[in-house]
Amino acid sequence: MTPNVVEISDAAVELGGRPVLRGIDLAVAPGEVLAILGANGSGKSTLVRTMMGLVPVTRGQVRLFGVPRGRFRDWRRVGFVPQRVGAASGVPASVREVVASGRLSRRRPFLPASREDRAAVEDAIAAVGLGEKARDGVSTLSGGQQQRVLIARALAGVPDLLVLDEPTAGVDVHSQQALADALRTLVLRGASIVLVAHELGPLASLVGRAVVMRDGRVAYDGPPIAAFTEAEQRHGQDPHHLDLARRFADHDPAVASPLDTEEHR
Amino acid sequence: MSLLTYDFVVRALLGALFTGLAAPAVGTYLVQRRLALMGDGVGHVAVTGVALGLLTGTSPTVTAVIVAVLGAVVIEVIREKGRTSGDVALALLFYGGIAGGVLLTGLAGQSAATLNTYLFGSITTISGADVWVTVVLAAVVVGAALGLSPQLFAVAQDAEFAKVAGLNVRFYNVLVSVMAAVTVTVAMRTVGLLLVSALMVVPVATAQQLTRAFRTTLMGAMGLGMLSSLGGVVISAYVNAAPGATIVLLALACFAAAYPVGVLLRRRQRLTSPFAPATDDPALAGLPDPHTVTPEQHVHEHGSDCGHPAVPHGDHVDYVHDGHRHAAHGSHYDEH
Repeated sequence: MTPNVVEISDAAVELGGRPVLRGIDLAVAPGEVLAILGANGSGKSTLVRTMMGLVPVTRGQVRLFGVPRGRFRDWRRVGFVPQRVGAASGVPASVREVVASGRLSRRRPFLPASREDRAAVEDAIAAVGLGEKARDGVSTLSGGQQQRVLIARALAGVPDLLVLDEPTAGVDVHSQQALADALRTLVLRGASIVLVAHELGPLASLVGRAVVMRDGRVAYDGPPIAAFTEAEQRHGQDPHHLDLARRFADHDPAVASPLDTEEHR
Repeated sequence: MSLLTYDFVVRALLGALFTGLAAPAVGTYLVQRRLALMGDGVGHVAVTGVALGLLTGTSPTVTAVIVAVLGAVVIEVIREKGRTSGDVALALLFYGGIAGGVLLTGLAGQSAATLNTYLFGSITTISGADVWVTVVLAAVVVGAALGLSPQLFAVAQDAEFAKVAGLNVRFYNVLVSVMAAVTVTVAMRTVGLLLVSALMVVPVATAQQLTRAFRTTLMGAMGLGMLSSLGGVVISAYVNAAPGATIVLLALACFAAAYPVGVLLRRRQRLTSPFAPATDDPALAGLPDPHTVTPEQHVHEHGSDCGHPAVPHGDHVDYVHDGHRHAAHGSHYDEH
């Protein structure tokens, strides 16, 4: 039997001594598309960063493709799209150069990129619809386009598991659709996807399972219900403050809303 | 080329050539990580190394390399661990380095003039052995900077992604620091410890005025660094000026020349970058398409030679003038 792509058992995470995640049990099967939802500060990002080995667990265990995370070396099977803080850095970099970083898990130091590497980079750039911008500087692109560059970078490695941290935050509907199309081809190839989102939007049709984080614990785990996808239709309303978000609101008193009833606290 | 008949000129040119290549190669990664002043800091720390060599009677170059590498690693550790007060800790290290150097030089009974040859360089007194050390170390630095460029680029661009790609982020960060330290001590005899940072940063700043990609920035910076180094040595030989200062001023002159060009290029790129096609918000769907005919008469037809910027907009072209965007629509122009 093929092992689960991600398996987290009884995990707890502390950041700076403060417990952020506790009692997390989560398994992602091969080919599954999982959305992690929840309010700001509920631990969504920490959860995926824990999967990726960027945050240590204080108890419990994380396994990637059946291997304990500490001993996992097969990073070419994993693609990661971090939360976008601007793809630009102190020196200009072209779209193609940033996307080419996605092949590094398959390349050896000092050896030039192979024909296969270059083809995969071009394919990934085309998959997110930036073919004409491959030579442009990343810093000259719009926020949505920069996000697509980061996604192309992860796609270039042809991963079996793609983890995306808020890929749709601040991205217009047009770019979200391009993103959904790119992810669909990956799913058809049998890859698993874990994505963090505030709202599903155009991605809703892809997602087979949703996990709602609330205050560092898993509050819901099951098929995505209609409420998760409605955000897109309600305009003029901040998606963070939808009814769903209210019900699963953070414990921080500063953000407590009047609709937070006792049974939900 | 009567200059080349003098051995010390040949040695100076060789030293300048390799320093000019190595310093911007490392500098590109430092600038990418927004650590442009790191070279300056390592230079300050290396002063203590030089003084230690003078005090103990060993080669100042060797002690400078050791102390600079230690200092660079400490800076890297401070940068990685202490996020909040990192720059204060770095400042403490910088000034500790230069104060320690001055103190130790005094204890060694050496004059300030001796220290000056390291602070501001003295390329014409460089010995044959020194040239070889410079050439070999600089070649190693350039080899690493070019050969590992995909890895170093990825780590500096996005450390978290690099980690998930299986790269040893800490190793590559320390490697860049050590390369910076080695380059500083290599450049010590050419431009001097206080000016070496200029050779790491200024060519990079000049190159990126004109480039859009990392690779071309790296190559351009190395070319510019080499040109200013060689040019600085030659000019200083003819006008009898300090070579280190001449090299740095030449590099700055290149920047001064490239900056206006960069401003123009960026402005042109901004003006001609395509307008996004109108993608309707689902909530706003159903609004009527605005169709506004331009009121004024056009005395000419917009085209490739009308002088108005032609900017792609979806499937057609808008002509920009006087704050309007005019698109051809049959026999008239629409406001877009």
